[in-house]
Order: sequence, then C-alpha cells, then structure tokens
Amino acid sequence: MAKTVEEIADAMFNMVKDAQGQKKLKPMDLTKAMVSIFGDEVDKKTCKLAIKQLIDSGKCVYTYFGGSYIELPHREGAAND
Amino acid sequence: MADNLPNTPMLDELEKGKWPSFVKEIKMAAKHGPMAADLLGQLEQSYNEKIGHWKHGGIVGVMGYGGGVIGRYSDLPQKFPNISHFHTMRINQPAGWFYTTKALRSICDIWEKRGSGLTNMHGSTGDIILLGTTTDQLEPTFTDLQGIDFDIGGSGSDLRTPSCCCGMARCEWACYDTMALTYDLTMHYQDELHRPAFPYKFKFKMSGCPNDCVASIARADMSIIGTWRDEIQVDQDAVREYADRGLDIQSDVISNCPSKCMEWDGKELHIDNSFCVRCMHCINVMPKALRPGKDRGATILIGSKAPIIEGAFLSSVLFPFIKIEPPYDMIKDTVDKMWDVWCEEGKNRERIGEFIQRVGLGNFLDAIEIDPVPEMVAHPRENPYVFYEEYYEED
Ligand code: HEM
Ligand code: HEM
Ligand code: SF4
Ligand code: SF4
Repeated sequence: MAKTVEEIADAMFNMVKDAQGQKKLKPMDLTKAMVSIFGDEVDKKTCKLAIKQLIDSGKCVYTYFGGSYIELPHREGAAND
Repeated sequence: MADNLPNTPMLDELEKGKWPSFVKEIKMAAKHGPMAADLLGQLEQSYNEKIGHWKHGGIVGVMGYGGGVIGRYSDLPQKFPNISHFHTMRINQPAGWFYTTKALRSICDIWEKRGSGLTNMHGSTGDIILLGTTTDQLEPTFTDLQGIDFDIGGSGSDLRTPSCCCGMARCEWACYDTMALTYDLTMHYQDELHRPAFPYKFKFKMSGCPNDCVASIARADMSIIGTWRDEIQVDQDAVREYADRGLDIQSDVISNCPSKCMEWDGKELHIDNSFCVRCMHCINVMPKALRPGKDRGATILIGSKAPIIEGAFLSSVLFPFIKIEPPYDMIKDTVDKMWDVWCEEGKNRERIGEFIQRVGLGNFLDAIEIDPVPEMVAHPRENPYVFYEEYYEED
C-alpha cells in the first residue's frame, strides 16, 4: 500500500528529531531513507510533498551550514540577542 | 555628514579619489538609521586589526522558504549593538534588470524602514541585495516586498535566481529572447528556487549571443548562450564604407579571427562560415556591416563554477545548437533528468560540473539519455588506449 504524505512526513520528522544535535540531514538524505525503509510504497514526489508539509507547518526549518539542511526549529549558537 | 559617525581614519582614505566610494555611501545611509554608523565602526576596527567580526548565521529565514536570507551576526554586539544582527536578503530581480523608478523607490523605502537602507544593485547572483536587518524584521520585509510584487531569491543548496542579459529588449545581437526564458524558468522552478533539495547550488544564466554579457560560460551550472547556425549576414557596401573611413580591416578584423576563416581583397569580404566559431569578434568591430545569421538559437553548456572545492571550471557543450522557443520543453526535460541523477548520486557540496568530472561525461550522458557529439570534446584525449566495445568478451 502506498504511504500517504502524512505518514512519510511523520517518519521523516522522527528521523530529524532523532538526529537533532548529532547529524545534519539534507532533504535527499530523508528521501533516500524513506525509499530504503518503505521501498515501493513511496516515491520521490510523495517525499517532496512530505518535506513541504514539514516546512510549511513549521515543524521543521531549513538551515544553512555550507549546504542546506532540515532541522527542528531551535536557537542557533551564533545568534545574538 | 551626520554627527553620529564614528571616527574612521582608515575608511576615510577610501573616500579619496575620483571613483565611487562605498564609505561615502554608508555614511549617507547613516543619516537614515543607526545601523550604518555601527557598520562603519566595526569595519574600521576590522581594518585596524585585520580581523573580520562577522559570524555566519545558518538558521534565519522566512516561513516556508529555505533560501534567500543569509544570516549574519556581529561578534562585537556590545560595542556595536545596532548591527548585532545584520542579515542579508536576496531579492529576485526582474529579468534583464528593468525597473520603473517607482519600483526602485518602493524597494528603497521598504529597506530604509525595515533594514539598514544599504543595497547592492546587483549581487553576482543577479539578485537585488538588501544588506543588514534583524531577525524580527525578516517576515515584515518579506510581506512588504510581496505587496509590491517582489519575491525572495535563492541561496544555499537550491536553484539560484536565474539571470540574463537585457537581450532583445535593447540588443540587436540577441539570438533568442533571454528575458522570456529567464522569466519562464523562474516561474517553472519556484519549488526548486525556494526549497533547497540539491547537493549544492545550481545556476542558470542566459546570454543572448556569444558576447556573453552575463559571463554565463564561467558562472553558471547551465549556460544558455545565443548563437546562429547559418551564415553571418554581410552588407558589402557597409564593409567598404568602414574601410573608406579608415578601419584597417586586414589587421583589426581578419587577423583577429580565431578560426582564420575570413578574407578581404580590398573590395569584398569573404567568410568561410563552416569554420566560423561564432566568436562575435568581426561583428563587434563592424556592427553596421555584419550581423548574426538568421537561423538563431542557442548553445547549451554545463558545469562552470568558481573555485571552492575543486578549481574553477568553464562550462562545456551539451547541445551545440537548439532552437529556444516556448514552452522550452527540451530544456526542461534535460534539466529534470540532470537534476535527478545529480540529486541521487551527487556528493554533499558537489557542483554538477564536479559531479560530471567524477563520474565521467560518458556515464553522465548515458544517464540523461543524450548521445555524444564531437562538439562536446573539450580537448583531444591524452590517453592513447582505445577499447572498442566489440572487443569485449563475455566471461
Ligand atoms: C568593505 C566592505 C565589503 C566589501 C569590499 C565586500 C565585498 C564583496 C564582494 C566583492 C562580494 C562578491 C560580489 C557580489 O556578490 O556582488 C560580496 C558579496 C557579499 N557580501 Fe560583501 N563586502 C563588504 C561588506 C559586506 C558586509 C558588511 C556584509 C554583511 C554583513 C556583506 C555581505 C555580503 C553578502 C551576503 C554577499 C553575497 C551577495 C550576493 O548574493 O551576491 N558584505 N561582498
Ligand atoms: C553630449 C551629450 C551626451 C554624451 C556625450 C553621451 C555619451 C554617452 C556614452 C559615451 C554612452 C555609453 C555608450 C556605450 O554604452 O558604450 C552613453 C550611454 C547612454 N546615454 Fe548618453 N550621452 C549624452 C547625452 C545623453 C542624453 C541627453 C541622454 C538621455 C536623455 C542619454 C542617454 C543615454 C543612455 C540611456 C545610455 C545607455 C546607458 C546604458 O548603457 O544603460 N545620453 N551616453
Ligand atoms: S550577450 Fe549578446 S545579446 Fe546579450 S546584451 Fe550582450 S551583446 Fe547583447
Ligand atoms: S565570428 Fe569570429 S570566428 Fe566567425 S568569422 Fe567572425 S571573427 Fe571569425
């Protein structure tokens, strides 16, 4: 059965949450992980929509450290008051 | 000058001379708000100490967008509180950089209200660069800009704001409508522009002819450069008129032709178009007599970049000649296939040119389903061994 956007978004969110503070994940890392976990039940388009949902809902944010990553919203080390 | 300015003997040196001075401009901006004065103070300190005092922020942005805001913080926030936050915003410029004065004034008004008032028209990406604002002003600035139909541009691992020469709007040499293509690609790839999903940045730059006024051959992952495939149009009377008025056609035109495919007998100019490499030299020297041919399109090249991880690359040919006409399906299909393989196989922070170099052009062409043609050869091979496929034996 094909996974829904919501299911993928939840699985991605858990990955980002578990990795927070330890490893920065790129959108393609999330997509590849979904394909390796769910095989034929996901495609790249659904993954793209799931990422869109995570960002647009504010559950995750894009960050930039040489390249772009997806992380939980947080206060970064460099920030001044 | 405003009297809130810090003492900056080092910077003041840069106001001397006849050329424009960014110090003068920053001092002018200091009349409109407190950020520019602190900027001068910090910069003077940097010049004295030879140390930069900016920290990179990696997380600031506007809701839903992963690009277009470049986070900057001062590492001397106590001393220079007004530039404690000094984020840069990239704003998508109109194709060809055409504005009404009203649009320019509106942008400046917004930026004087929301940021430092300092701009860079335009950054090397092509965008309008708004320099210096605080985190809490990012969303309001974005809202204000949307109110006058401007959007944020690209940054990070996304499609960067496409940019082009002014092409057909002003230039008789444009071989295709650069502005129309730029606008079309910008609208078609909105997701890729705002939601970074690539291994690294990707840039399109469109030039209308081989003069390449946006230097796309050196600065774009995909360079789309106008050209023609028939013959240079020659007006022999106008050539003779150039000669009569003192142009030394032999030394200034013929001798500088890189493919040595022209002849001048004092009356007629002959061009062997089959050898012409479309360099534009002769046309640039005698614009009244020569012009590009009538069968116009573009050469598409891939892979140039400035030196960051690997050295600098120039783009190399992918399509020697294609017609550039809406809806540009041929370009979009190729781009989609290229992005697919690069996203799947590319390493973090590897530009597509570096990726092609790593996997080999042959494998890359296989993956995007394009047949090799001689024009793709950048230089003759150095490896003398040739293996023909029919010699391979299955074990
Ligand atoms: C002495 C003062 C400065 C000099 C000489 C300088 C020089 C440059 C040059 C040569 C470039 C690349 C060309 C371009 O993109 O147009 C650049 C880009 C940039 N600079 Fe500066 N810069 C100065 C101050 C600053 C400050 C104060 C900031 C912010 C705190 C800043 C932020 C940036 C950013 C974000 C870019 C990339 C702009 C783009 O998107 O093209 N610069 N700068
Ligand atoms: C004695 C008077 C003038 C002289 C000597 C002069 C000279 C020039 C020169 C040398 C250029 C650069 C050409 C190039 O691109 O190589 C130029 C560009 C230009 N001039 Fe003038 N100009 C004069 C008056 C004017 C006036 C009165 C106007 C408009 C009312 C005007 C509008 C322009 C424009 C729009 C450009 C093109 C700017 C661009 O490249 O974007 N000029 N002019
Ligand atoms: S690149 Fe060619 S067409 Fe475009 S502005 Fe320059 S000379 Fe004109
Ligand atoms: S365009 Fe360049 S290569 Fe072609 S004939 Fe003119 S000078 Fe020679």
